[in-house]
Amino acid sequence: MEEVKLLGTWSSPFSYRVLWALELKGIPYQYTEEDLYNKSPFLVKCNPVHKKIPVLVHGGKPICESMVILEYLDGPWPHNPLLPSDPYERAVARFWAKFADDKGTVIWTMFRSTGEEQKEAVKGSLEMLRTIEDLALGDKKFFGGERIGMVDLAFGALAHWLGVFEEIVGIRLLEPESFPRLHKWTKNFKEEPAIKENLPDKDKMLSNFRCLREKLLASP
Amino acid sequence: MASGGGDVKLIGAWPSPFVLRARIALNIKSVGYEFLQEQLGTKSELLLKSNPVHKKIPVLIHGGRPICESLIIVQYIDEVWTSSGPSILPSDPYDRAIARFWAAYIDDKWFPTFSSIPKLQEQEAKVAAVQQVYEGLLLLEEAFIKCSKGKSFFGGDHIGFLDIALGGFLGWMRVTEKMFNLKVLDESKTPNLCKWAESFAANNAVKDVLPETEKLIEFAKIRFKPPSAD
Repeated sequence: MEEVKLLGTWSSPFSYRVLWALELKGIPYQYTEEDLYNKSPFLVKCNPVHKKIPVLVHGGKPICESMVILEYLDGPWPHNPLLPSDPYERAVARFWAKFADDKGTVIWTMFRSTGEEQKEAVKGSLEMLRTIEDLALGDKKFFGGERIGMVDLAFGALAHWLGVFEEIVGIRLLEPESFPRLHKWTKNFKEEPAIKENLPDKDKMLSNFRCLREKLLASP
Repeated sequence: MASGGGDVKLIGAWPSPFVLRARIALNIKSVGYEFLQEQLGTKSELLLKSNPVHKKIPVLIHGGRPICESLIIVQYIDEVWTSSGPSILPSDPYDRAIARFWAAYIDDKWFPTFSSIPKLQEQEAKVAAVQQVYEGLLLLEEAFIKCSKGKSFFGGDHIGFLDIALGGFLGWMRVTEKMFNLKVLDESKTPNLCKWAESFAANNAVKDVLPETEKLIEFAKIRFKPPSAD
């Protein structure tokens, strides 16, 4: 069996998407924590285009971009599939995974901004959560149905990172009364052993992201 | 062998590079479809109902069910009509990952820069954007050499996912060249991509749906009318 390596960082939800997928599929891997302020030559060699994590290296061949990696994993490891087998269901899953990637950045904007820009980002974030609540989840336990799938992993940041950002900026977005389905999903998601046992420490995150926010606001 | 004519509808518009991607994929698989064209400036009830989240084209409607986002539509077409044409995605998982990586690069990085060129007023900003577009095409030139393995397309002998992802923009690349008097695909910089563009445009699945450059220029003049000066 060919070796699997994951280059990631402890505080990145994108890194965790892949880590969770590997854990859910029971794929053994070697994890390397990357320092993004001092990128390793190996990271740059594996991802010369973006120089970003996560990178999966399988049998020496690198795959970059978290969603590309998730799509890849079902190929060599078809058990516990991340995507459904029906083409229409797959298209729906891909749609929501793309939505998570394209719209999810508004939460980051809310976190790293103030004033008018933050107000707009809060509005955008609430709209995004409303769309997910009303259209994406239905009455299923997970976006993937009975089991966690690619879409759940794509929205993983909402389950753990959003709470940290909310606490730091002092704005509550994901109110249980306003988003009952999504709120229940965050609980179910974090109760899954593969997820529960692989979450960055909340206090460490609070301290790290607080520091990062100050840095971002201070720079021009 | 056309199939599913009544069952397959595509909501779109002829100038859209994203709609073109879906049409090429349908052609590769010889799938008959009803092309429902949206009018510029309005969105039909069917579009709003079929894509409530983004309200954008293209939308493929198959057996009454909508599929949105051009590259998701292309993958759907590949996965449904498996025996009526060559595969669009590569068969090897790693090759699929490479194709998806570059398609994401094209949509997330290259296209936003490319589409910003006509909107930038300042010459300096325009030049910088054009430079970034070239740099992106140089990366895609390298990717082409690796993926094509000496054949005509990113997909090898046949048009594949990455050909469709980039090829959708071919008409608009030609428009940019004519309207701004610069080369987007430059033989001295990206000779392989230049050759690829010729092969792509001439392909049976592409040639009847690729919009004519002159028609696109006329459309661009109306669609992207610059704001009147104060």
